[in-house]
Amino acid sequence: MQNTELTEAEIELLQDKAQFVRLETLRLISIAKVGHYSSVFSCAEIFASLYYDVMSIRRGEPGWPDRDRFLMGKGHAAVGLFPILADLDFFDKSWLDNYTRLGSPLGDHPDMRKVPGVDFSSGSIGHALSNGVGMMHGARMQGKEFNAFVMLGDGEMQEGQVWEAALNAAGHGLSNLVAIVDRNGYQLDGKVDDVLGVEPLDEKWRAFGWEVHTVDGHDVVALTELLRRVKADKMRTKPCCIIAKTSKGKGVDYMESEPGWHLGYLAPEDTERARQMILTQNGEQS
Amino acid sequence: MSAPISKESWQYREMNTRAPSLSVLSDTLIELAEAGHPVAAGTADLQYSNGLVGFAQRYPDRFVQFGISEQNMVSAAAGMATTGLVPYVATFASFLGLLACEQIRMDIAYCAQPVRLIGHHTGISLGFYGTSHHATEDISTMRAIADLTVISPADGAQFAQLLRESATYPEPIYFRIGRGHDPAVYDPQEEFRIGKAKVHGIGDDITIIACGYAVHGAKAAKEALEAKGHSVGLIDMHTVKPLDEDAVRQAAERSNVILTVEEHNILGGLGSAVAEIMAENPGKARLKRHGIMDEYSLIAPPTHLYKHYKLDAAGIEEVAAALI
Repeated sequence: MQNTELTEAEIELLQDKAQFVRLETLRLISIAKVGHYSSVFSCAEIFASLYYDVMSIRRGEPGWPDRDRFLMGKGHAAVGLFPILADLDFFDKSWLDNYTRLGSPLGDHPDMRKVPGVDFSSGSIGHALSNGVGMMHGARMQGKEFNAFVMLGDGEMQEGQVWEAALNAAGHGLSNLVAIVDRNGYQLDGKVDDVLGVEPLDEKWRAFGWEVHTVDGHDVVALTELLRRVKADKMRTKPCCIIAKTSKGKGVDYMESEPGWHLGYLAPEDTERARQMILTQNGEQS
Repeated sequence: MSAPISKESWQYREMNTRAPSLSVLSDTLIELAEAGHPVAAGTADLQYSNGLVGFAQRYPDRFVQFGISEQNMVSAAAGMATTGLVPYVATFASFLGLLACEQIRMDIAYCAQPVRLIGHHTGISLGFYGTSHHATEDISTMRAIADLTVISPADGAQFAQLLRESATYPEPIYFRIGRGHDPAVYDPQEEFRIGKAKVHGIGDDITIIACGYAVHGAKAAKEALEAKGHSVGLIDMHTVKPLDEDAVRQAAERSNVILTVEEHNILGGLGSAVAEIMAENPGKARLKRHGIMDEYSLIAPPTHLYKHYKLDAAGIEEVAAALI
């Protein structure tokens, strides 16, 4: 079994990969001319931790039947996922250069029919946890042990279907299901707490029968060690929810302080400013 | 405690007798599982209504009880299908084809997952349960979703056959079935194929194109009108999508009148599908759509409703006779 403590080399790898996700997101959105920068920046460490450490996957084999699955309820952050899938040789890196252009398999939301490595399509908020629930029922029916990690937006907590799925997972004891809530505090119309409050979130998940952990979603060490422990815990009978406290736009100061950045476009000079900011910040995060 | 329900009542029969064409669902799934097909099943708190309790008892490890969470059930079925299973999920058609419509579109049809959706107690077959439990729009919503096959079997024998074919059918399917007490139309030996209409002759005077429950009444109406000297055809269009366009075109070229009959709103259902083909392929026939006339059904036991809306043999005969 994997040690739960990270080595210096592992920490460095994860920080590099989170930086890679942010830089590639800047690059791809400069092709599309509009995109969800800040939605990716809040979960860059979660992407990195899952794909470069926690999940059992095989480079170049997106269809390996026993792989761990990743689903994203917040499908609008797919622009941060695609560079990882290309980096893992699931498809050719040149696809990224045509992001969102006519006929590209890569759009604003992940599409399993078009993009190798996308375990389930998303875009309609609220479906992903149900999709993950189904995968875990399917795994159990066939005696398979793989896990499903479902990243959810905090605005997504307002969708009723999430709670249908939460009830099902707990009621059927789907202990290989892990939900990660990217608690960045913002949704399209403003602060989640202003639009329609979702707190107390940890108590809600606990009341629905889940094991709940709260972690700093930008602290790759704490996040990854927690995910390692959760995955390794074979005694758990409940599904597990991790509330990752994050900052929308993390890594670019004017996005962190200005909530209007859910969807936007940076002029080339602002892209360069953001790039420099991301480059200098790496390694300074806790 | 409430008073016992009269044994003569429709409700007693519904609750306490085995619905023959619904037991087909469970029996056929057991048969498929025994033959080694990777089938799984699920329902939303209706295992007694749809008979899946039989499958659940036989294969408890291949069955998921979702409780009253239809949208979750549909999305989960899609996730389940990605692991190599062929899930059959069943609930009332009103909740499946309407409440979970977007989940069906996104997670099942667009993602091309081999899920089989069983919308049972469709149309007005839930009688006095009322509009919340009626589904007179489900052909319309399901038919508008690309890459989704829509099947409305006439009876249990046809349903069983098409269910068997569904085990290896490449696309997702929406099955629209009744309450299980539908009168038998076919022998169990009769053969059917998804996408191929069952043509019971083309009539010079009129050809009725029907699906689902309406086929039984249409067949009886055809026989009654023929006995009166008319030339009457009948096409059982069990697969509403993909529609057997050749069958429609052939009938439209030979018959004076095409009459569509369905336990569904005349907007968007079988009648609309036939109208689309006839509009683009002008032939001899004129068209009359018969069904629920863009309204919400009255409250009544189902057989009374079928009579009221002229969906039984006498009603269909009356509608057809007026067109000859």
